Amino acid sequence: MFHYWLSLVIWLPILSGILVLFCSKYENLVKNIALVSSALSLLISIIIFKAFDPNSSALQFEELTSWIPAFNINYHLGIDGISLPLILLNNLITFLVLIASIKTIDKKVALYNSMFLIMTGFISGSFCALDSILFYVFFEAMLIPMYLIIGVWGSTNRIYAAIKFFLYTLLGSLLMLVALIYLYYVSGRSFEIMSYYHVPLTLSVQILLFIAFFFGFAVKVPMWPVHTWLPDAHPEAPTGGSMVLAAVTLKIGGYGFLRFILPIVPDAARYLAPFMITLSLIAIVYIGLVAVVQKDMKKLVAYSSISHMGFVTLGAFLFVGNQLNIWGLEGLIIQMISHGFISAAMFMCIGIMYDRIHSRNIQDYGGVAVKMPVFAAFFMLFAMANSGLPGTSGFVGEFMVIMGALQTKFIYGFFAALTLILGASYTLWMYKKVVFGEPKRLSIQNLQDINKYELSVLLILAIAVIASGIYPNLFLAKMHASTQNLIDLVSHSKLI
Amino acid sequence: MMTLSSMIIALPEIFVTLMIIVMLLVDAFIRHSTKCLVNQSLAFATLGIAFILEHYVYQYAILNHLSLITFNGMFILDNMARFMKTAIFVLSAFILAYSNRYIINRKIPFGEFSSIFMFAILGMMVMISAYNLLILYIGLELLSLALYGMVAINREHSYSSEAAIKFFILGSLASGLLLYGISFIYGITQSLQLDIISHTISLSSSYSRDILIFGLVFIVSGLAFKLGLAPFHMWLPDTYEGSALPTTIIIATITKLAALIFTLRFLVFAFQNLSIDWSFMLIILGVISIVLGNIIAIAQTNLKRMLGYSTIANMGFVAFGLMTINLQGVQSVIFFMFSYVLSLLAAFGILTLFSNADEDLALISDLKGFSRQHPFAAILLSITMLSMAGLPPTIGFYGKFYVIEAMINAGYIKLAVLAVIMSLIGAFYYLRIIKVMYFETSDSTFKFGAPGVFRYSLLSINSLAVIVLGVVPQYLLSYSALLLS
Repeated sequence: MFHYWLSLVIWLPILSGILVLFCSKYENLVKNIALVSSALSLLISIIIFKAFDPNSSALQFEELTSWIPAFNINYHLGIDGISLPLILLNNLITFLVLIASIKTIDKKVALYNSMFLIMTGFISGSFCALDSILFYVFFEAMLIPMYLIIGVWGSTNRIYAAIKFFLYTLLGSLLMLVALIYLYYVSGRSFEIMSYYHVPLTLSVQILLFIAFFFGFAVKVPMWPVHTWLPDAHPEAPTGGSMVLAAVTLKIGGYGFLRFILPIVPDAARYLAPFMITLSLIAIVYIGLVAVVQKDMKKLVAYSSISHMGFVTLGAFLFVGNQLNIWGLEGLIIQMISHGFISAAMFMCIGIMYDRIHSRNIQDYGGVAVKMPVFAAFFMLFAMANSGLPGTSGFVGEFMVIMGALQTKFIYGFFAALTLILGASYTLWMYKKVVFGEPKRLSIQNLQDINKYELSVLLILAIAVIASGIYPNLFLAKMHASTQNLIDLVSHSKLI
Repeated sequence: MMTLSSMIIALPEIFVTLMIIVMLLVDAFIRHSTKCLVNQSLAFATLGIAFILEHYVYQYAILNHLSLITFNGMFILDNMARFMKTAIFVLSAFILAYSNRYIINRKIPFGEFSSIFMFAILGMMVMISAYNLLILYIGLELLSLALYGMVAINREHSYSSEAAIKFFILGSLASGLLLYGISFIYGITQSLQLDIISHTISLSSSYSRDILIFGLVFIVSGLAFKLGLAPFHMWLPDTYEGSALPTTIIIATITKLAALIFTLRFLVFAFQNLSIDWSFMLIILGVISIVLGNIIAIAQTNLKRMLGYSTIANMGFVAFGLMTINLQGVQSVIFFMFSYVLSLLAAFGILTLFSNADEDLALISDLKGFSRQHPFAAILLSITMLSMAGLPPTIGFYGKFYVIEAMINAGYIKLAVLAVIMSLIGAFYYLRIIKVMYFETSDSTFKFGAPGVFRYSLLSINSLAVIVLGVVPQYLLSYSALLLS
C-alpha cells in the first residue's frame, strides 16, 4: 500500500520546479517537464479524490514523521472532505496555466514554469498540513513565487502591485504566527492543529486569537476592508498569475477560516458572527456595486472575485442557535470550488484578448464576437456562470449560502441575494461592451480566433463548470462527513 | 599552578600566536610573486590545525581529568568556547576563500592583511575562552585593534581611513566605558573571575547592588557598542560602508559571534543575579534597535549600509531573546545568531565575489539586471535576502521563530507583536533587492566580476546551506544546543 500520496502531490511539483531551473537553456525541455509534472500531480490528485472514503470524517492519507523534535514540530499531512476538492482544484488550475503559457510566455520561460510548479507544491502543502508550523511554512513560502510572478511578467505597475501583495499578506500571516505560538504554550507544547480544537480558552483570549487569525486569513480571502491589494495585483499580474491567484490562493483564506478559526475559537466566532456577516455582506453588495463602474476588465473581475468570496466568509458564520448552518457551510466550499473554475476561466478569457490587443480597457474593445466566435461562445458561458446562472457551478454555491443566510435571518439572505442582480449586471454589461456590437477598431478587425492550447484550457474549464453545475454531488458527496464533523466541533463551547 | 598540563588547554591559542609570528617573518622574507600563495596557505593551515587542536585538546583534557579552567581561573574551555571557536574557524576559512582575489585586486598587502586577520581571530579566541574580566577585556582589545587595522588597511581610498578613524575613536570610547564599569564591579566583588563575581553578587547588600547596577550600565553600554545595538550603533553603517568588503564580512559575521559569547559570559553568567536589571536595559536597547534599524534601512541606497542597518535590527532581536532571562532565550539567541551570520556571510560573499577589480558592488542599483547576467547567483542572493527577512523555508525563519517563541514563553507578547511588525517593515528592503535584480528592465552599468569555480561553489554551499538548513533545521538546532551543554 503506497502511503505517501500527499507527499508526492506536494514534492513532485516542487522538485520538478527546481529541476526546471537547471535546464533554463532548453526551452522546449522546460515546457515538457513542466507539463508532464503538472499532469502527473493532477493525476495523483484525481486518484486521491477517487480513493477518498466519503463515509469517514477522520483524516485520510495521513503521514506523520518527526521533523523538528526540539519544538515538537512534526511533518504531519492529512486531508479531510474540506481540503480534498481544494487540492484537486489547485493541481488542475496549475496544469491549465502551464498549457496556456506555452505560446504566450517567451522571456525567462524556465523561471516562469518553475515558479508555478513550486507554488503549486507549496499550496498543496498548506492544504494538506496538519501541523500548524508546517502549514505556516507552506503558507508563507507560497508568497515568494507569487511575488516573482507578478513582478517579472506583469504589466506596467507591477512592482508596486507585487510589493503591496507581499507585504499585506505577510503582515497578516506574521500576526497569525504569534497566535500559533501562544496556542503552542497554552496547549501544552503541541503544534498539532487538531490538538488546538480541544484547548479551553476564555472568551477574551479567544477574541484576541480570532483577531490574529482574522488578519492572517481575511487578507487572503480577501475581505473588505483589507481587500485593497487584490484590485492592484490582478490587473498587473500576468494571465497565469491572475488565474492561480484568483482560483487557488484566495481559497487558502477560506480554508483557513474552516480549519483554524471556527474550530479553535468557536465562542469568539459566535460572538463576532454578526460583525463578520456584516463585513461579508458589505463585500458582496458594495464591492459588487464598485465592480459595475470599472473600466479595466481585470479590475472588474478582481472586484467580482472579492464579491464572490464574500459568500465564502458569509457561509462560515451563519450560526442558527449554537450550530453552524449546514447549507452555509457546504455552500461555501462549493462556492470556493466553483469560483475557482469560473474566475480562472474569466481571467483566461481576458488574457486571451490581452495577448492580442494588449489592452485591458473595455473601451478598446467591442465586437469581438464577429472575429472570434468560438471564443465568444466560451466567454458567454463563463460570464453566465459568473452571474450565477442555474446549470453552471456559479449558481450552486450562491444558492446554498443564500439558503443558509435566509435560515439564519431573513435580512442576511435578502442582501446576499442582491448578488444575483449585481453579478449579472457587471458581468453581462462588460461582456456586452466587449464582445457584442460592431468591430469598429482596426485592432479588433484583425483578430484571430483561439488556438488549440487556449481552446483546450477553456474546454476543460467549461466542462468543469457545467459538470459541477449540473451534478454538484460530485463534490458534495465527499464532504458531508467532514462538514458534519466540523459543525459538531463548532457547536460545543470551549469556554473555561 | 601553571604546569604544562594546564597550558595544554590553551594550546590552540598558543599555536595561533606562533603561527602569526611565523607568518609575519615569512612574509618579510619571501619573494613578492609568491607572497599571496604562501600567506594564503599559511592562513588556511593555521585555521585547519587550530580546528583540529581544539577538539584534540578537549578530548585530551577529558581523558586525563584535567581541569577545564586553567591559568589561575583566567581561561576556560567549556563547550560554549569550544564549539564557537570551531564555528569561527570554519567561517574564517570561508571569508579567506571569498576575499583573496578581492584583496589582490585592491592591492591590499596580503601578508599584513592575513596576519592582522589572524590577530583578530586570536583576540576572538581569547575573548571566548576568558573566565576573567581582565582577560575578556584583553581579548576584546586585541580583536578591536586588529579590526581597526583591517579597516584602515585599504589606504588607497579615503573613505576607509574615515571609517577607520570613526571606528577607532568610538571603539576606544566604548572600551573605556566597559573598563570603567568593570572597575566598579571589581570594587564591590573584589574579584575579576566570573564565577566568584556571580557568587559575590548573590550575597551582596542592596547598597552594593546600586553600585553594581551603576557599573552594569557602563558594561551594557560597552557590550551594546560591540554588538551594534542602537543607540550605540553609529559606527556600524559607516564602518561597513567604508571598509573593504573582506573587513566588512569579518566585522559583520565572526566578530558578532564573539561579541555574543562575550555578552553571554558577562550578562547570563557573571551577572545572573542582576538579571532583572540588565533585562530591562536590553528591552530598551532591543526596541530602539529593531525600530531604528528597520526604518532607516529603508532609506539606504548603498547595499553595505543597508546590510549594516539590517544587522542593527537583527541585533535588536538578539537583545529581545536575551531579555527573557531563561535558558530557552539564550538557546534561541545562539541559534538566531548562527542563522543570521550564515545568511549574512553568503550575502557579503556574493558582493565580494561579484565586485570587479576597481569598484565594489556597493549600490543597490548596481544589481539591476543581475538575474539576467548571473541567474544562479541572483537566486543565491535572493535566498540569503529571504533568510535575513525571516521567511520560510529558509533558516532565518526558524531563527526569528525561536526568538519569538522564547519571548512569548516568557510572557512578552506585546513585544513579540512589535518584533513581528518590525520584521514586516524590514521585509520591504530585502524584497527591494529581489525586485532590483529581477523586475527592472534595464541593466546597470556595473561590470560584474567573475568568480572562479572553486569560490563559486563555496558560495553556493554557503547559500544553499541557508535553504537546506531551512528544510531540516534540526542540525543547526542541535549544534546550538551543544554550546550550552
